Amino acid sequence: MVQHTLRQKLAILADAAKYDASCASSGTAKKNSLGGKGIGSTEGMGICHAYAPDGRCISLLKILLTNHCIFDCHYCINRKSSNVARARFTPQEVVDLTLNFYRRNYIEGLFLSSGIVKSANHTMEQLVEVARILREEHDFRGYIHLKTIPEADAEIIHQAGLYADRVSINVELPTDTGLTRLAPDKNAGQIEGAMGRTKERILTAKDERKKFRHAPRFAPAGQSTQMIVGADDANDAAIIGKASRLYDSFGLRRVYYSAFSPIPDASAVLPLKSPPLLREHRLYQSDWLMRFYGFAPGEVADAAEADGNLPLDIDPKLAWALKFRASFPVDVNRAPRELLLRVPGLGTKAVARILAVRRHRSLRLEDVARLTASVAKVRPFICTVDWRPTLLTDRADLKGLVAPKVEQLELF
Amino acid sequence: MQNVAIASHYAVHLPAPDDFAAWRERARGLVQCDVPPDRVSWIEPGGTGDLFAVEGPARREKRLPVPPADAPSVRASKRFLEVAKSAALHSDPARFGLLYRVLWRLQRFPRLMEDKADPDVRRLEELAKAVRRDAHKMHAFVRFREVEEEDGTPHFVAWFEPDHHIIRAEAAFFMRRFANMRWSILTPRGSIHWDGETMREGPPARRSDAPSGDPVEDLWRSYYAAIFNPARLKVAAMLSEMPKKYWKNLPEAELIPQLIAGAQAREAQMVSSGSLDRGERPATLEGIDTAIHACRMCPIGELDNRAVMGEGALGAPLMIVGEQPGDHEDRAGRPFVGPAGQLLGEYLERAGIDRSQAYVTNAVKHFKFVWKGKRRLHQSPGAKEIDTCRWWLEAERNLVQPRLVLALGASAARGLLGKTVSITKARGQPMRLEDGTELWITAHPSYLLRLEGEAREEQARLFAADLAAVRERLRELAR
Repeated sequence: MVQHTLRQKLAILADAAKYDASCASSGTAKKNSLGGKGIGSTEGMGICHAYAPDGRCISLLKILLTNHCIFDCHYCINRKSSNVARARFTPQEVVDLTLNFYRRNYIEGLFLSSGIVKSANHTMEQLVEVARILREEHDFRGYIHLKTIPEADAEIIHQAGLYADRVSINVELPTDTGLTRLAPDKNAGQIEGAMGRTKERILTAKDERKKFRHAPRFAPAGQSTQMIVGADDANDAAIIGKASRLYDSFGLRRVYYSAFSPIPDASAVLPLKSPPLLREHRLYQSDWLMRFYGFAPGEVADAAEADGNLPLDIDPKLAWALKFRASFPVDVNRAPRELLLRVPGLGTKAVARILAVRRHRSLRLEDVARLTASVAKVRPFICTVDWRPTLLTDRADLKGLVAPKVEQLELF
Repeated sequence: MQNVAIASHYAVHLPAPDDFAAWRERARGLVQCDVPPDRVSWIEPGGTGDLFAVEGPARREKRLPVPPADAPSVRASKRFLEVAKSAALHSDPARFGLLYRVLWRLQRFPRLMEDKADPDVRRLEELAKAVRRDAHKMHAFVRFREVEEEDGTPHFVAWFEPDHHIIRAEAAFFMRRFANMRWSILTPRGSIHWDGETMREGPPARRSDAPSGDPVEDLWRSYYAAIFNPARLKVAAMLSEMPKKYWKNLPEAELIPQLIAGAQAREAQMVSSGSLDRGERPATLEGIDTAIHACRMCPIGELDNRAVMGEGALGAPLMIVGEQPGDHEDRAGRPFVGPAGQLLGEYLERAGIDRSQAYVTNAVKHFKFVWKGKRRLHQSPGAKEIDTCRWWLEAERNLVQPRLVLALGASAARGLLGKTVSITKARGQPMRLEDGTELWITAHPSYLLRLEGEAREEQARLFAADLAAVRERLRELAR
């Protein structure tokens, strides 16, 4: 076998990890290194230490322990039948890299995942070992996210949660049939079973800490998951439905969507085209609508077009407003928070500002303009003391007035 | 109030540009003396005040009024205090004047801070936000470089250029994070040093005071280049969070131009090297025959060989799929004519299956081999090659429409299922293909040829049993 230098291994195993979307380092228990022996702190807010030209934040050292894998999932660059360079880190090498990067303030911590070698249990033990060395031998108090392997024993996964801030298990695909077809070695029941057990553990640990101050924490930043968009034929309505079920059943912090992007040496059964980034963006927007704007999953699905997919040219909130025009205009001086949140162009912050200001005086259109990013977008859907969108919401060409302009092509 | 001369103007000198406590104390006194905002100018070290303040030394040194003992206490909302502490660190010279004006107005309108549409309040919030962002970027973009001190201990030194006066306020963040590390942060506005126990402040520094490199930066750059996905280029998103002004102090930023330039090319290459944009499938078996001869979708097609088409009639109830043509088949241009083909024929006959009634073909259409002297030595096709050739196999299957498909060996099974299965586990019972067609899997007859003695007898028995089961099933399906 070829012997790689540390730098080559890092390049191979970071390359193999980049298809995982999550890089969050926020929302965990507050801790710092005062009074300890090592380094590290987490203060609630995540920090993005760099941005790659793909616009994604680099917060954690996101690598695989190894990209050798006995599984053969079609969408995955590391599948058994893929012809990529393979490498393997020892746990100590990962520990040293993490600490060396952390000391120089390059990262918030480590996001460690792995291909499956020998067995699920063996692999999971190796991942836990890295976290153990960091926490116990180096008193590292930065952020650790461990990807857990649903096929591994519950006891080892439990160990992972004791060292990590966050654990995650990927559901991979929005439908069970997609999973059977594209990830033949994985099993939807097993994945959801593991997520269910993790949820129980997180709840139990929280409960115990209420009673005993020194009860061990278990994954204080919760659990998350990831779904690949565009590798199978599930439409947006199905994806949103699945995400909402996952939030409800497993108390997930986040469901990440990853636009399936062409991978080197791709399997022949997959669509090879540029990743559907805009679709991924619309799904994140709909995720936001459910988490922060009080939309029910069914309502978001109502905003979809006949084929069950969200429109790509306008955002889902605007799409919903255009479909349900009877709910508008909303009176910014009287409407409750829930209704204000439905207005396209009003975000949660703008709504909070409106609620604060209107305690003192009635809002005019120019006040709204000062409180929001774009009054032109909001105007057709609200009324103020001096403004009423007469007939505007009845106009058939309303979409043309509020939708973002399509960029005109250059003359050739 | 009686001790304030009408139209007198006060110039207040602050000891440091980030000294909020000093401003707070003086502002409190001025409000108690009822000095209106347009009568005060605030001067920070090195800064200039307004015209009145620099007019003459006598004016500048005028003593601030002393508030009367019975002056009402000054009140401010919690939100004001929060915002003011941040806004005071902004580099805008007008910030202290603005703070004073808002404090002054707060005495009359205690809930002023809630009026987010008020221009003064908005400006104050903007200043505070800019300072918070600067602090956040400092947490993110400080890059330490390791130097060894004379006593052999490591010392981590960073050079950073903040926009606002945030160094002293943010020192605590780095202390909490790197409590057990010796570090210094040097900036043009001053420096801070932590030795593991105490914090020291130092004078402004120059970039040349900081170390120029660190060997770990090579590793970090490798990571930065590898974690970037060229298929998702979004330069604007990167620039909004990591503006160019920070690039000169980020070791990884020097890679950005080449990563962007290479990205489109890399994506195009990934898509085209894996691309199977082959348009419509041929509508006849003859069409497939012609097309596979021209197929170069995988490297096997480039070898010195010819494509071998399946044999049999449309509508044949049984489709038999092997691995790939061998040396004999490649010469004859027909499937299953070599030793393995002859063995298959014998077993089929014994099982009572008429080979001439079946459609016989291979998972891979070209012969994969390596030269060994003058002989062409068989090489198993790779998973990717089988998956690529699946296009043709499915085209044949769609046209022939067999009731039952018999896959001989693991390659054939992969060609039909798209995944690798174990023959030992899969044999002996039917499976369903995606369109519902029944699939039976058994060993490839060439496997029997490679075995000897008892093992061969055992495998021959299993092979015969599989074929017998297929025959029974075919009879049931024919009814």
